[in-house]
Amino acid sequence: MKHLTEYRDADLVENLLHQLKKVTTKPWNIMEVCGGQTHGLVKHGILEMLPEGITMIHGPGCPVCVTPVSHIDQAIELALEKDVILCSYGDMLRVPGSRMSLLQARAKGADIRIMYSPLEAVHIARENPDRQVVFFAVGFETTAPANALSVVQAEKAGLKNYAILSAHVLVPPAIEAIMLDKETRVHGFLAAGHVCTVMGLSEYYPLVATYKIPVVVTGFEPVDLLEGILMVVKQLEKGEHRLENQYKRVVWPDGNKQAVALIHSVFENRDREWRGIGSIPMSGLFLRDEYRDYDAQFRFGPATATAVEQVECLSGDVMKGKIKPVECPHFGTTCTPEHPVGAPMVSSEGACAAYYNFSSQHRMQELK
Amino acid sequence: MIKNQPVMRFTCPMPQTDFDTITIGHGSGGKLTRQLLESMVFPLLNNEWLAGQGDGAVLELRGKMAFSTDSFVVSPVFFPGGNIGDLAINGTVNDLAMCGAEPDYISLSFILEEGLPITEFWEILLSIRNACDAAGVRVITGDTKVVERGKGDKIFINTTGIGRVHPGAKLGEAMVRPGDKVIVSGPLARHGIAIMSIRKGLEFETQILSDTRPLHDICRLLLYTYGAGIRMFRDPTRGGVATVLHEIADKARLGIDLDEKNIPVEEQVAGACEMLGLDPMYVANEGLFIAIVDGGLAGDILTELHRWPNGGQAAILGTVTENHPGMVVLNSAIGGRRVLPLITGEQLPRIC
Repeated sequence: MKHLTEYRDADLVENLLHQLKKVTTKPWNIMEVCGGQTHGLVKHGILEMLPEGITMIHGPGCPVCVTPVSHIDQAIELALEKDVILCSYGDMLRVPGSRMSLLQARAKGADIRIMYSPLEAVHIARENPDRQVVFFAVGFETTAPANALSVVQAEKAGLKNYAILSAHVLVPPAIEAIMLDKETRVHGFLAAGHVCTVMGLSEYYPLVATYKIPVVVTGFEPVDLLEGILMVVKQLEKGEHRLENQYKRVVWPDGNKQAVALIHSVFENRDREWRGIGSIPMSGLFLRDEYRDYDAQFRFGPATATAVEQVECLSGDVMKGKIKPVECPHFGTTCTPEHPVGAPMVSSEGACAAYYNFSSQHRMQELK
Repeated sequence: MIKNQPVMRFTCPMPQTDFDTITIGHGSGGKLTRQLLESMVFPLLNNEWLAGQGDGAVLELRGKMAFSTDSFVVSPVFFPGGNIGDLAINGTVNDLAMCGAEPDYISLSFILEEGLPITEFWEILLSIRNACDAAGVRVITGDTKVVERGKGDKIFINTTGIGRVHPGAKLGEAMVRPGDKVIVSGPLARHGIAIMSIRKGLEFETQILSDTRPLHDICRLLLYTYGAGIRMFRDPTRGGVATVLHEIADKARLGIDLDEKNIPVEEQVAGACEMLGLDPMYVANEGLFIAIVDGGLAGDILTELHRWPNGGQAAILGTVTENHPGMVVLNSAIGGRRVLPLITGEQLPRIC
């Protein structure tokens, strides 16, 4: 398939691996920030192909994994107790809240619908004027423009029955939090390509300068990922730290200005709680006061029950790269995709689920 | 190229009826039920058993028989490439074919939702008739119930089939040996993506059609020609190819090694899967089968399949191995290696 097969080319991959082997003289830990990249690395079997010494650390860029339990509980409460039509992206549905998941709530009779776009939810609101419709606005900068647009469209249409439950998070503050963590083992970053498609590159220069760390904006296909890793390693081996763009076919330095303007007109940055990690300053997008009427938190009030995260889950340590999923005592024993203890075991972008499902290190080990 | 439609299709104008939608009365067993059956169902499906209109059909059976049942609840009822009617016939015909059997008789039960337009019911009946003709199977008993509006989803169909097992068929996981090859009869994921595309209102340059079709002819031909060289058949419907291969590996207590580059997926379908965040290996098929065959015969069998009008993209997916029993391992197109997991529930689309 055009624009896909050429980035899954076995010869190119072999060539990149060869170069990587040649330039690597020391062990390096590289964090891929985005869950989509984790998924790609594991799905294509790349982790097993990397030269010894290159360790990939799977970052917190799985939106499903970092959405706080309290938000999931609130979404469930809206759907179960307030007769709201709750619209959500698909992979949010199986994530455990403190009492149940959205999928379990649906089985109990809640009206929960899977969407590919928040604009579908606006359409549902228009079609159901006597029902309240809430879109569970989860995601990084990639989904923020469409979610912002849904609010703008609802306002233009004069809809009084549409709101979003925003759990939006941002990548650069997360990178900063990882670098500020004294135990961090990360030497370089692959930044999330599609986030930069929207936001551009400007936010990453200060991170590179302040923390003296290579950052390479990288795509999601095998050739992209290996090229991104190679670019980071080359910098590290030379003792350099620069921002580079591997994903030039999709990422422009200025990003998508219209989308950025839309995000800023609807949302503002505030401190945000990340599941498993804690509060990160200015890392969340919240609806501006002008759009308060479209904020589910404002319309329906805050959640009645405050949830407590299951303490056993070590997802924070996994997402900060302190431990590998397989090093968690619950991995594959008390925590499986059927009975997840924490969110990273649920989403296909979650590091634990990726390891459990495809891997590789723990299961392929048995094969050798 | 997508070939799916039987060459000859029976068409018939809808008979005059006094009603334009299904009402509760059509399931009462009384006059309305009889009107529905006599004006619409019997004229299309008639045979000596239905003509008798008894409580059941009396059959004389000899030899080894296969027996299979399935219920069909697809939504939407009409989809590109078919509808619930041909799906219900082909589904049971194929379940019998996977047992190495020739479908003979089938039962047909409807659960209709009040309000179903008669024109839609007629179109479904016509598809049933055409699918029966294509498969050479006769509907010999049936039932019609009607549920109140909101208690169903237009129409649910159950079919149960009986068929004679081919004398040369010795099929099952117990027959699978290391070194056997895994063959798939065509491209993956068409049915599931056809359904998803209308549920999600997606439009592609060319429409993706469901692959619903009967498979008994080709299975019979393979059994006739290769006998015990065919170890087993399975049709990868719900859960897709990955789920079926998992079950085979698990029951046979053997491993399966797959080559990703050999997996046939049409470009349109691959594109849709990428967009929707789905893996074609887990998407449903309705006119596809997996055959585990003697490794030495795999090349010949593949050639045979390529001659079948629907088998142009048939491929050898991989090999059965003594290594890693119970596991399906995929050699990725770029030379990596990973386990193909069994997924927990339905595939949920990813956020980004």
